Formats: sequence, structure tokens, C-alpha cells
Amino acid sequence: MLDKRMTEDEVVAQLADGMTLGIGGWASRRKPMSLVRAIARSKLRDLTVVSYAGADVGLLCALGKVKKVIFAFASLDSIALEPHFRAARQSGAIEAEEYDEGMLQWGLYAAACRLPFLPTRAGLGSDVFGRTSRIRTVRSPYDDGQELIAMPAITLDAAIIHMHCADKAGNGQCLGPDLYFDDLFCMAAKRRYMSCEKLVETSELSAQGPVQTLRIQRMFVDGVVHAPFGAHFTECPPYYQRDETFQKLYAATAKDKAALAQFVERYVLPNSAQAYREAVNAR
Amino acid sequence: MSDVARHEYCAVALADALLGSGELVVSPIGTLPSIAARLAKLTNEPGLLLTDGVATLMANTPPVGTNNVDVIAEGYLPYRSIFDVVWAGKRHVIMGAGQIDRYGNQNISAVGAWEKPTAQLLGMRGAPGNTINHPTSYFIGNHSTRVFVERVDVVSGVGYDRARKLGEVARFHRLVRVVSNLGVFDFGGPDNTMRLCFLHPGVRQADVEKATSFELAISPELTHTREPTTEELRLLREVLDPQHLGAQEVSP
Repeated sequence: MLDKRMTEDEVVAQLADGMTLGIGGWASRRKPMSLVRAIARSKLRDLTVVSYAGADVGLLCALGKVKKVIFAFASLDSIALEPHFRAARQSGAIEAEEYDEGMLQWGLYAAACRLPFLPTRAGLGSDVFGRTSRIRTVRSPYDDGQELIAMPAITLDAAIIHMHCADKAGNGQCLGPDLYFDDLFCMAAKRRYMSCEKLVETSELSAQGPVQTLRIQRMFVDGVVHAPFGAHFTECPPYYQRDETFQKLYAATAKDKAALAQFVERYVLPNSAQAYREAVNAR
Repeated sequence: MSDVARHEYCAVALADALLGSGELVVSPIGTLPSIAARLAKLTNEPGLLLTDGVATLMANTPPVGTNNVDVIAEGYLPYRSIFDVVWAGKRHVIMGAGQIDRYGNQNISAVGAWEKPTAQLLGMRGAPGNTINHPTSYFIGNHSTRVFVERVDVVSGVGYDRARKLGEVARFHRLVRVVSNLGVFDFGGPDNTMRLCFLHPGVRQADVEKATSFELAISPELTHTREPTTEELRLLREVLDPQHLGAQEVSP
């Protein structure tokens, strides 16, 4: 059987400066944070990050890894605005390309389908057209003749996602309430990496949940990382809820350079799941 | 019933924005809009579909501020499906606004120059797609000249002037109502501009005009926001919002 297991740092070794990286999850929900931390402590730079953005984008902005963000919003859910992203935008440290969140889905789906674009009404009349992105319009070739937004494919060099369970061949299982767009991120990317809470035998997947929870197929996955607690401090129900206290600690580092340095030292530099968990528990 | 609070007038005015909806998904952003949507479902619009804020369509109307332990699921609506519903038009969204202008152009993206904002807000979220695809209402709990502006810095939600220029392709665009802590507005002014229709009791027309940067149209039938019925007040206070969480979103 195929064995795609690797560590976070081995994933990072397959990434390169200037890549376009898609990150799964949504705001402060089921983000592949152990992979994000590995990127944050690496020498990678000038990344273009595509995300339904939360602490993933925030942390990478805070540590200077980001050249450009392609986004529709950035939020920590219980903290409405992502503070590090805000700081990066307001200081002009990053470039931005902003879409409606449905358009973002459409761009990923176009890439997944290997289409140059998909038509939509979303974006017409708003500043997404002509100001926050470089999208163009397309005229319907049929009798209606409508002019619609041609949402361009958002092709990714690499994607990272976090699942509840996976096998070593790269079959992923989502036991939470929402897959978000994790499958599309994988389908839109050339290299795909999936971390998981539990690494199980293929024959054990069905014991974890019904077949319709097997949402990520192995032909769209190149690497599997066993990362228990890997979405912390974002939520990963039903396994764990968001760590609100820790999230507040993270958010507070946006206004305090010394606190950020300490945060990085304590929580970003440890490169094993166990060391991270011990650091978090030692608060 | 005792004195009606300002946030209760807002809740009733927002619930009335949903009149005639039938079977639509309502997506209320924020606590008071959530209370209002549940109130509408329990009174005039029993056909409304509501989500628990995650991925479940709930048949019942639990109080806000609970962890949705008592949700009766009637459907599954993850984010992927939300956009399908948006594009199919079977939805009414109640959004907030960092800025809004007389045509209903709304900004939740950034204040200042978009390229390097003085204040990065939430981001476009679904505002462009929502406004071009299905009915939209706004709730603004802090009516001031900083929010009701002559011109928004970034257009997230589309207003009537821009929709009109698009023509036929924008035929699903409809801004139903703006409810603020001061009053209730529609877009029945000249060229579909914002028009003051109801003043919440205790608010004067001059108060609203002073808190608005652009010239408001005034409805010839300008009157006060209607009183909640006894049943509505009971639902608001005893069933939907026993902790009075809605009050926190309304400036006095």
C-alpha cells in the first residue's frame, strides 16, 4: 500500500519561496495549524496565500512569510477581525487580492476543473470588479447576451488541509459539521498535504464514521502528516473546541513585539506535536 | 407590558423586513438580526428557514446566546451549499455595515484607500454576491455620520446606482430595509435613495439628519416605528432573548 506519511518539516522542505499556497479550514475553524507553524518557523518567504482566512494567514503575515493574500475576509470568529492580518494590511506590508467568498470558491472550482474561468453574477457592481482584483467579464454566447464576471481559476502550487482521520495512502475523513472547501483546495493544487488528528488503517476508517465522511480522496493527496491537536487553537469538533484563552493570547501579540517573540519561542519553534502540547499545557 | 426598549423596536422592524418572504433561508449577521429572524418565523413568516450558525438548518427557534443544544435539524447547509442557495436566490441576508451611502452601497472591507487601508475591516465576505443575487437588509446599531457617509471607501454590497447601471443582469438586486438604532429606512427616495420611513419612539427627525452625512429623503407618511404586539414582546423577552443580548448591539 502507498505510504505518504511525512512530518511537517518534510512538507515544508517540498515548498519553495514565492509559491501560491492554499490553506483549508475557515476563519478559526479546523485550520492545519501544525503545518502553518512549520512554515512560520521555516526560511520560506514571499508566499501568496489563498484562504478563507484566520489565524493561518495572520501568523504567516506576522512572521513575514507573505507577499500577497488572496482572500474574502479574515476573522478569528470569536474575535471578529484577524489582528495580525489587519496590521499587515494597514502597514502596507502585504499585497492583497480580494474577492467575494463565493467567488473564491468558484476560482478554486475552476482550477479544480482545469477551466480558465467560471461565470457568475457575484462581483458585478462591487469594487471586486475593477479595484480589488483584476477580474474580467464575459458575455453569454446565448440569446440572453448577459455580461457576467469571469472568475479566473485560482491555481495553487500547494495546498494544506487538516482532517480528523486519514490513512497513510491519503484518504481523508471529515467528522466535523462542515468540510468547508478543503477538497477544492486539494483539487486546485499541484502538491497536496493533509494533516490529521488520527492516522488509522484503511480498514479502520469506516469505524470512525459513515462512508459519506470520507471526503478527501488519495489521488488528490501527496503527503499525510499525523498531527494530533494539529488544528489547535482553532476548533476541530467533535474532537475539540476552539481554545479561546489561547486565541486571546495569540491576538494580543499583534500589539506587542516582545509578546510575539515570546509566542514564537514558546509555541512556533517546537517542532513536535508533543513539545507543542506541553508548551500549551504549561501556560 | 412595560416600556418597550429601543432594541425591541429594532427587532420588530427587522422582522417586518422579512414580510412576504415565504420559504427563504434567512442569514442574520449578528445577535439582534438573529432575534428578529426568529421572531418573524414565530409570527408572520413561519415558512422561513434558519441556520444554527454552523451547518444545520433548524426547524425550531431556540433563544440566542445558547449553545444550540436544543436544535431540531430540518436540513444540512454547509458553506458550499450556502453559495448555491445565494446563487439560486432563495435567501435574505441581514448584514451590518462599516459604511453605507444613500444608494445603499455598503462597505465591510476597508476604510481609507483599499490598497493600504487606515482600518482593515472584515473583508468583502459574501456581500458582493449576496446583494446581486437576492434580497438584502441592513442593521446598523450605531447610526452616525461615520457610518452613513456621502461616499463609501470600498463597495462591498452593491447599491441601487450601481445595480441600475448593470441593467438586466442585476434584476435580482433588492435592498429591502435599513434598520438603525434611530429609525427605519427604505430606498423609496428619488432614484432609489435612502428614505426615512419610521422614527423609533423618542427619536426626532433632526436627530437622524444630524447623524447622517448625506441628505435623506423623507417619507411623506413618516411616522413612528410600530409598537411590538403583546405576543411579540413576550416572545422577545421570555423566549428568544431572555438575557437581553440584543440590547448590546444598539447604541442608546
